[in-house]
Amino acid sequence: MNINATLIGQSITFFVFVWFCMKYVWPPIMSALGERKKLIADGLAAGERGKHELELAEKRAKEDLQTAKAKAAEIVAQAEKRAGVMVEEARTNARAEGERLVAAAQAEIEREVNRAREQLRGQVGAVAVAGASRILKREIDAKAHNDVLNDVIAQI
Amino acid sequence: MSTEALTSSEYIKHHLQNLTYGKLPDGNWGLAHSAEEAKEMGFWAINLDTLGVSVVLGVVFLFLFRTAAKYANAGIPGGLQNFAEWIVEFIDTSVRGSFSGRNPLVAPLALTIFAWILLMNLMDLLPIDWIPQLAHMAGLPFFKVVPTTDPNTTFGMALSVFFLVVYYSIKMKGIGGFVGELTLQPFGKFGLPANIFLEGVNLIAKPVSLALRLFGNMYAGEMIFILIALMFGGGIGVGLFGGVLQWSWAVFHILIVILQAFIFMTLTIVYLDMAHQEHH
Repeated sequence: MNINATLIGQSITFFVFVWFCMKYVWPPIMSALGERKKLIADGLAAGERGKHELELAEKRAKEDLQTAKAKAAEIVAQAEKRAGVMVEEARTNARAEGERLVAAAQAEIEREVNRAREQLRGQVGAVAVAGASRILKREIDAKAHNDVLNDVIAQI
Repeated sequence: MSTEALTSSEYIKHHLQNLTYGKLPDGNWGLAHSAEEAKEMGFWAINLDTLGVSVVLGVVFLFLFRTAAKYANAGIPGGLQNFAEWIVEFIDTSVRGSFSGRNPLVAPLALTIFAWILLMNLMDLLPIDWIPQLAHMAGLPFFKVVPTTDPNTTFGMALSVFFLVVYYSIKMKGIGGFVGELTLQPFGKFGLPANIFLEGVNLIAKPVSLALRLFGNMYAGEMIFILIALMFGGGIGVGLFGGVLQWSWAVFHILIVILQAFIFMTLTIVYLDMAHQEHH
């Protein structure tokens, strides 16, 4: 309980300890703490940035998807329209072809009929002349009455 | 009780006596074997127990923290590093909160004060007879384990802090500023004697209160442990009751131990902050 030279000893010890602490203990720990603080802050910032970028990418992907969908719908619509047009065209063509064929057939028929008529007409003329000449064998001179006969033939 | 022949009062006195090395009445240098002998040694004597225990504890503290500091990096901290960083961060927060100036000394000073006083105070929680008994077996007449129950320790630290306060006051404000603060406040230059008296008391009160607060708390705590320890000699019933009391007081004392270390540190920071400030 007496105050003695221990007082001085303790003071010296104290200052030595403080000096040591100030020189070798405090700065490394504080710098490590500061570094870690910076590291954590950087990490957090990077995380935040990544999150933001993810959001942007998601938004972009959504937009892309929508564009693609719209384009696909457009293409389908165009294709449908074009298919309709093609079918219509084909139908028109077919109808025209059919009509043409029918018309050709009719013309052919008409031609055949005409030819048959011509033939018939000639034959009828010949038959009539033959019949008449057989009846009028003597009276009718084929040459003299040729005009009349032709006239008859034309009337048939 | 350490020795069966001791009376209660002798037991108490024995526990309160430091192991003092100095000049004996016969002219030789040696250990004092009684309180009277220690007293007669005067100022030029040394309390070996106080100095030894405090140096060992200080070295333990610095060794632990130096180890942590050596391996400190920004990666994932291990157990020791984590602990050291926790303490360092706690001190740093306290210093930032109370100290407005810029001085690289203050934070390490605060850390040293806190950790060292805490360790010295913690010695109080050792059962009070263990180490004196060991010392007795080793042939030493006395051994006081808790350095902070020796006023030499508390005054040594408080005077060191006081020295720093005066040093930084003069360094920051100049001799004139420091003297002016002592003489021209609070009543202006016409109240000079009153100013000197008030500010002088104010200045001197800092180290005295710092030292006596710590010493008083630890000394009283130690005294209560000693008194409780006396009950162990009073039969089984009283002894068991004493055990319960000792345990409760130890638990309560943990609070005092930490609180006193913290108060000493905080007041040191505050005093140094005042020393750095132009007006307060």
